[in-house]
Amino acid sequence: MFYREAGQFKTTYESDQSVFPIRQDRIGLAIILVVAFVVVPLFGSSFLVNAVLIPFLVFSLAAIGLNLLTGYTGLLSLGSGAFMGVGAYACYKLTTYFPGVNILVWIVCSGFFSALVGVFFGLPSMRIKGFYLAVATLAAQFFLEWCFLRIPWLYNNNISGAIEVPTRTLFGLIITGPNAAPQTRYLIVLTIVTLMTLAASNLMHGRIGRMWMAVRDMDIAAELMGIRLLPTKLTAFAVSSFYCGVAGAMLVFLWYGGAEPNVFSIDQSFLILFMIIVGGLGSLLGSFLGAALIFILPIILRTVPAQFGLPIHAATVEHLTFMIVGALIIFFLIVEPHGLARLWQIAKQKLRVWPFPY
Amino acid sequence: MKVKHLVLRAALGVLLGTGAVVAPAQAQEGIYVPLMTYRTGPFATSGIPIANGMHDYLSMLNARDGGIGGAKLIIEECETGYDTKKGLECYEQVKSKNPVVTNPWSTGITLGLIPKASVDKIPILSMAYGLSASAVGNDFPWVFNPPATYWDGLSMILKHIGAKEGGLDKLKGKTIGYIFFDGGYGREPIPLLEQLAKDYGFTIKLYPVPVSEMQNQSGLWLNVRRDRPSWMVMWGWGAMNPTAVKEAAKIGFPMDHLVGVWWSGGEDDARPTGPEAKGYTTLNFSAVGANFPAIQDILKNVVDKGGSQVASKDKVGESHYNKGVYNSVLIAEAIRNAQKLTGKKVVNGDDVRRGLETLNISAARWKELGLAEFGSPLAVSCTDHNGHQSAYLQQWDGDKWVKVSDWIEPMKDKVQPLLDAAAKEYVEKNAGWPKRTETCDKAS
Amino acid sequence: MNLLYMIFVDPFMQMAAAPDLLVQTLWEGLVGGMLYALIALGFVLIFKASGVFNFAQGIMVVFAALTLVGTYHLLVLYGVSNTHLAAYVALAITIGVMFVLAYSVERLVLRPLVNQPDIILFMATFGLTYFLIGFGELVFGGEPKVMIADALYLPRGSVDYKILGGLVSLQKIDIAAAVIASLMVAALSVFFSKTRIGRALRAVADSHKAALSVGISLEQIWVTVWFAAGLVALVTGIMWGARSNVSFALQVISLKALPVLILGGFTSIPGAIVGGLIIGIGEKIGEFYWGPLIGGGTDSWLAYVIALVFLLFRPQGLFGEKIIERI
Repeated sequence: MFYREAGQFKTTYESDQSVFPIRQDRIGLAIILVVAFVVVPLFGSSFLVNAVLIPFLVFSLAAIGLNLLTGYTGLLSLGSGAFMGVGAYACYKLTTYFPGVNILVWIVCSGFFSALVGVFFGLPSMRIKGFYLAVATLAAQFFLEWCFLRIPWLYNNNISGAIEVPTRTLFGLIITGPNAAPQTRYLIVLTIVTLMTLAASNLMHGRIGRMWMAVRDMDIAAELMGIRLLPTKLTAFAVSSFYCGVAGAMLVFLWYGGAEPNVFSIDQSFLILFMIIVGGLGSLLGSFLGAALIFILPIILRTVPAQFGLPIHAATVEHLTFMIVGALIIFFLIVEPHGLARLWQIAKQKLRVWPFPY
Repeated sequence: MKVKHLVLRAALGVLLGTGAVVAPAQAQEGIYVPLMTYRTGPFATSGIPIANGMHDYLSMLNARDGGIGGAKLIIEECETGYDTKKGLECYEQVKSKNPVVTNPWSTGITLGLIPKASVDKIPILSMAYGLSASAVGNDFPWVFNPPATYWDGLSMILKHIGAKEGGLDKLKGKTIGYIFFDGGYGREPIPLLEQLAKDYGFTIKLYPVPVSEMQNQSGLWLNVRRDRPSWMVMWGWGAMNPTAVKEAAKIGFPMDHLVGVWWSGGEDDARPTGPEAKGYTTLNFSAVGANFPAIQDILKNVVDKGGSQVASKDKVGESHYNKGVYNSVLIAEAIRNAQKLTGKKVVNGDDVRRGLETLNISAARWKELGLAEFGSPLAVSCTDHNGHQSAYLQQWDGDKWVKVSDWIEPMKDKVQPLLDAAAKEYVEKNAGWPKRTETCDKAS
Repeated sequence: MNLLYMIFVDPFMQMAAAPDLLVQTLWEGLVGGMLYALIALGFVLIFKASGVFNFAQGIMVVFAALTLVGTYHLLVLYGVSNTHLAAYVALAITIGVMFVLAYSVERLVLRPLVNQPDIILFMATFGLTYFLIGFGELVFGGEPKVMIADALYLPRGSVDYKILGGLVSLQKIDIAAAVIASLMVAALSVFFSKTRIGRALRAVADSHKAALSVGISLEQIWVTVWFAAGLVALVTGIMWGARSNVSFALQVISLKALPVLILGGFTSIPGAIVGGLIIGIGEKIGEFYWGPLIGGGTDSWLAYVIALVFLLFRPQGLFGEKIIERI
């Protein structure tokens, strides 16, 4: 009833092939965007914006990046954390060399450096696949992490070994550094994430996306159909690393405001992998849902005892959070191995036939 | 399909619940002191005793004196797991409750918070860790790192080495190894080490320990065996310390020539090695032991009443525990100063910043606090947010730490130029760094 | 030219100049590699029998060691005065706990997930890792613990040999580790080739369906392999715990088993052993002779690069079964 698409006729191929063919989807998306762009900046508390929504969006973008590679192309990668780091360090170097250029340009450009590095570490994918490839990307992860520590040029010889975010402006408005209002930073992150999600969605509906999916489903068959494997896999690595790189630059410049190499450690890579698996492999919506579950759930769990005034120590809460998150991951996998995105589809189907299910 | 229903319902519930839960809890009457601690993760080794010390001293003040100056302290721990991400999240969480001071207890978190401190008007107390350059009060009015910087610590260790060798000039031609945690924390002392090597004519060998290899150092210590440094200086943290001590004993390195910084001097760092660790020496700036009236008060008012999380009573008074106590003494004294300066009972972040700038704990004051000889006299000023106080050396006798030296003064003449240069560089690199506008109070 | 000399000549000159250090480095690499191999062995056992890439093996090492030390302290607290008795009772209890763990994993995680794609099972073991971290810290606390090596009659001290114009010092605990690991591998191979369950397990590894059709109980096999992996984890935990201490930082090291695995192949027990030794020795030699050229601390990634280089020539690992793909 809520989701009935009967009566929505498509009269052109264009409308039939659009990204959101159903009217209710378009309305729902419009509402979400209005809430995200207007309501949240106006009414959201600083904690909600700063500690929940900005990181959520940044992680969603990184998850989309990894999903393009792992979910759509079927290449398992454990190096996304390091590729995020490449983006962050590239952005830092660029903005210190050319402080005059707008920071947003550099945030996006840093993705290209990350893409380059990604292509280089994607080369072994020609010969190896599956878990073997995952370990090859681990080499990238540890080697890049080591570089962030050992090449002082990357962090401008700072004694602390960390990178700091200088204050930069856009149209006279401070957007990075400590004086930037959380709402401003939030809107910028949101805009970048929205645009890049749109781009990813278009990419997936086009030739390149279909090539990737063909490779994922069976690479030998894809090859026989005339898809050249190496360029296809390498573009997947490049685009995926691009997304991760931009996410990394945003992570440091629009959220942390400074970072040590350990921010881009293996844990970060695993976290992003969790997000896409729990959210749903090969689904953009899943990337967002997964990021929400993996990142926001622990925050909620941590505040629950305090809300009810339970006298539980912070450390105990942390232990319980670990246990609950672990159990929930297993639970979700058992209930719906295709991730939260699939759950949403089921829910949609239910809404479609409600109140007369068949 | 039943389970799927359940999940859908649960998901809906969580979504609805989110809005309700994320709303910040309302502020209570009292002085809100958040403690960022880590009792979980790979660094819990060092984090747990410190968390206990910090928490227990402040709870003791609440139980014994009813808080500070009649205002109750609201103590809340936030678990960071030594993870920058969680630390920043903690900060955002506590920010809305008007904290008077933050203790990040991690170099990474400190670096993230330094630019925010002046904006949010919450001073940072990074006790002998964090950014050494933040000792320069003119550039960092909101950041405090008493009682000594890492550079001070390094210079004290070299003084000790010089004394053992019969004068600093005897260091000429010797080799000193430096084994360090491969991160900002361990890398910071290197510039001073290089400078001193030039000044005194010794050579240095660097042995970095990556985080992932903290418990796998046998290759590194083979290098030590080959290079035969006459002294080893250690900047370790967490699980790296006990492993390093064990490996040093294994290759037969003379243990009294292995000298660690204060963060390498926990009981749990030396104890696993047992008697072979005898002679292992580290710096320390707070006394070890429970033989102080204030710590006895902690035992009486907090531990015996079940208000503490210490695993057993004999953990009270251990080396890292007492550093936690030291940290809390600084907080308490700063709050007390702030109350005196403003005449208010419930002070805010700005007041405590002024309180920290006028921090002056003389030997007499230490005694008044029930902690005679617990630390060296400490004075912080508007220009010097560190104090560059003395520390002493403690040695492991196979069973416990024993004080083996007097208070050693750092080489201020070597450290200060480096500090000024580093602070200048930081300000230059962060274009638009705010100039100090905060006025300076006279010490009370 | 100088650089080439430093890379290609100088390290070998060093080896020739101080053969005792070379022997010592080889020994350290051997011991380190053996411990990697033990962790990898746990992975291989499970992967062979159930196709699950068990990420939780690392945390199982920590969990087993923690349980051992934790129960030991409890026993001592409740009046078992003989430390050796307490240690061995604790050991027995820990083995029991590992069995319960294996059983619950099979019942609660694997059985509902049967026939799912590999990556889902892989992910489930991530969930298990999180759960065990939380559970272990909740029960035993995050404080580091000292391994009860003395109470377990593990030797301490070292044996020194004055040979090759220098000193080679072998830790007794390392020798013990080597002996116990070899015994363990021998016992496992006998178990797999001679016993009924072992043969059933190899049948399962070859084909789940064929094994099922001849009446082999998959559940029983899975519990067995997870239990075996738990025992391997316990031994690893004791050995590594005795080398430093028992804390959650140990779990990071278990990642090192991954390059060992790809080198040896996921399905081969000899592969895990040989891979472990190659990685362990390669890493130590590389760090010792070439590491200083680029500032040291290379152990963190050298192992992965070694594995990657091997992999480019043999994509299925040294001992892995040849991958044959069909449409």
